[in-house]
Amino acid sequence: MKRAFPILAVLTACLLIYAGYQALIVAPTDALQGDVYRIIYYHVPSAWTAFLLFFINFIASVQYLVRAKPSTKRAANWIALAIGIVGLVAPFIPVVAQQLPAGMRPSAIATTIVLIPAFYFAIGKWFPGQALDVLAVTSAEVGVVFCTVVLVTGPIWARPVWGIWWAPGDIRLTSTLVLWLIYVSYLMLRRFSHSAQTHMLAAALAVFGALDVPLVYFSIWFFRTQHPQPVIGGGGSIDPRMLQVLLLNWLAFLCFAFLVCWSRYRLERLHREVEEAQALESLNGVPQ
Amino acid sequence: MSSLWRLTLATLAKDIRLEWRSKDALNAMLFFSLLVVVIFSFSFDPLAEESRHIVGGLVWVAFLFAAVVALNQTWARELRNQVLDAYRVSPAPANALFLAKVLGNFIFVSLLEALMTPLFVVFYNLHVLGPAWQLIPVGLLGTWALVVNGTFFAAMSVRTRSRELMLPLLLFPISIPAVLGMVAGTTAILTGNNPAHFYIVLLLTYDVVFTTACLALFETVLQAE
Amino acid sequence: MTGLPIPSRLPIVSVSNLIKQFGRFAALRGVTAEFTAGKLYAILGDNGAGKTTLLRTLAGLAHPTRGQVSILGASPRAACRDIGYMAHPSLLYDEMSGMENLRYFARLYGISGDERCQAVIRAVGLDPALARPVGQYSQGMRQRMSLARAILHDPQILLLDEPFSNVDVHSAGEMVDLLKRVRDSGKTVFVVTHQASLLTATADEFIWMQAGKIVARSTHFSPAHPSAESSGQQPPPEAP
Repeated sequence: MKRAFPILAVLTACLLIYAGYQALIVAPTDALQGDVYRIIYYHVPSAWTAFLLFFINFIASVQYLVRAKPSTKRAANWIALAIGIVGLVAPFIPVVAQQLPAGMRPSAIATTIVLIPAFYFAIGKWFPGQALDVLAVTSAEVGVVFCTVVLVTGPIWARPVWGIWWAPGDIRLTSTLVLWLIYVSYLMLRRFSHSAQTHMLAAALAVFGALDVPLVYFSIWFFRTQHPQPVIGGGGSIDPRMLQVLLLNWLAFLCFAFLVCWSRYRLERLHREVEEAQALESLNGVPQ
Repeated sequence: MSSLWRLTLATLAKDIRLEWRSKDALNAMLFFSLLVVVIFSFSFDPLAEESRHIVGGLVWVAFLFAAVVALNQTWARELRNQVLDAYRVSPAPANALFLAKVLGNFIFVSLLEALMTPLFVVFYNLHVLGPAWQLIPVGLLGTWALVVNGTFFAAMSVRTRSRELMLPLLLFPISIPAVLGMVAGTTAILTGNNPAHFYIVLLLTYDVVFTTACLALFETVLQAE
Repeated sequence: MTGLPIPSRLPIVSVSNLIKQFGRFAALRGVTAEFTAGKLYAILGDNGAGKTTLLRTLAGLAHPTRGQVSILGASPRAACRDIGYMAHPSLLYDEMSGMENLRYFARLYGISGDERCQAVIRAVGLDPALARPVGQYSQGMRQRMSLARAILHDPQILLLDEPFSNVDVHSAGEMVDLLKRVRDSGKTVFVVTHQASLLTATADEFIWMQAGKIVARSTHFSPAHPSAESSGQQPPPEAP
């Protein structure tokens, strides 16, 4: 795998440059916002990447927690399977399909929901035992970096276009802020904890965070219906050419995130191997 | 199940008895709460027209800080002399200990809130325009939300450096939806502008979700070295 | 408090290649041993030898990094009803009296009524009616009350970590007598101590630990680490 890394790095660099060129030069100028809107190609893919990484962290944390007992592991597997089956079938049932927001096709929703068990079982298979914890810390750290980018570019975008740095009722930006806070506190717990079971405690905190996110979303959503707020980032439809460039940038960001995660993951694995080796040495060698 | 409750109540009774015997912590907390209210009254002009709109937030921020000071003491007695080890080696269910601590904190923090509320009413000349009785569910559910997660994170913080700092670091981000519910709900009731029903439902949902999560994971936290 | 009588020949406690690491420091480096019921084992060794860690692992307070611990054929947590633990901190609430402390801990084990608590306090040579909070006890009294808490639920196995430290001679003698009675009633007692002289007449076996391993076991006590030629049992061969 080691030789693959430089090759992928070069490919990613090329992809990033190409995507950047598309974003800054080729994509059409927005009718309302002018050229300022181009920050969307940096802001939105960062957000999507951050959310994906946090999702991976959540899955890895759940896997780590349930593997302690075989009964909980089995129960979790069944739940993941159930989510997949329900997600696959439900959006196509007419009663449910009517409830979906306009513009969202049932197949898109089904695919998104099926990704949950897909990730669950894939991560469970490819990252056994302690590797789960390494994956968790990697995805959390890199996720926080991307999330920071989102929170910095958000106000930078908002100020010239909407005249305000921040709107507390902006559901996306505020939810992202809370997610960022939760994961920074997660990293703090990992750093400050001196327990032998730090990994379990951190995994528990990640689960708490994941439970919190939908609550954050809905609390702000309702708050906004009572107190109308400016919407940063705009809603509504997007020009298909812009969407193309957006997706291209997301692909480039994903490749970049993958490279960074891979490095970090390898670094953490090596770090732990060194610690194990040193411990083994102290086991067999001269007493301290 | 009933033995769980008997043990919970026995632990709670023991904690209340011990708290009552050394009234220092109680007196200090009461005085601290009074100070917080006074400081806030100097920070924000209570006579301004808009005060009714912001008092909801002020009150809950004050409660939050008082709660954190109280929560940091949750496990102090169990850590002295390593009493927590005695609990860990016993067959007693971990959740009995957890529930007892949560209930104890709930009673204590509610006591502080009951003290601070009339002071706020006095300093800010509060006059409730909406249905005042709804303040009770908002208050109870909001307090439970802070206390249940606070007790859980206090137990997590036991195994960390800078213990007293870790508790608010862990608690505040997770509590944001609950704080929004408490503040917006209280403001809605005080101003009478909006119905507070959704916020009460939000707080109830929050409480159910996180109480379940805490009960499911507390044993893991307790048995961590 | 517990059910079945234990046949005295079968090992009641066994550890197999027990390794406990704290980061890079290995407190236990592969301890393998079996212990039979109805005996009093004295565990000796220098500071840092791993005695406390071994006891805590047997009690279920420390989780092994590698290796197996079997108490009455089960894990320490599963066998917790049959384990009594006493450590250097008293594991008691300073603000409550001895009786109040025991009444509460009795609840944790499902023991109701005061009779058992009073009996146990008398057994360690203290007065159940003493209303003074434990925080105001002398060290000897506090250790005895801590021992009372450990034997409260009549466990099959007692794990005592330095029960005689800073205790006056009289109290220590009374505690040793109590342990002798407990052992004679069929229970198994493990005592970690630096004061092996207190147990020379009482202990059935002496176990020496050094640098996270058991280096010798003997039914006779000698002040230094016994060599292979010492009287009594052959020490187990040291792992390479």
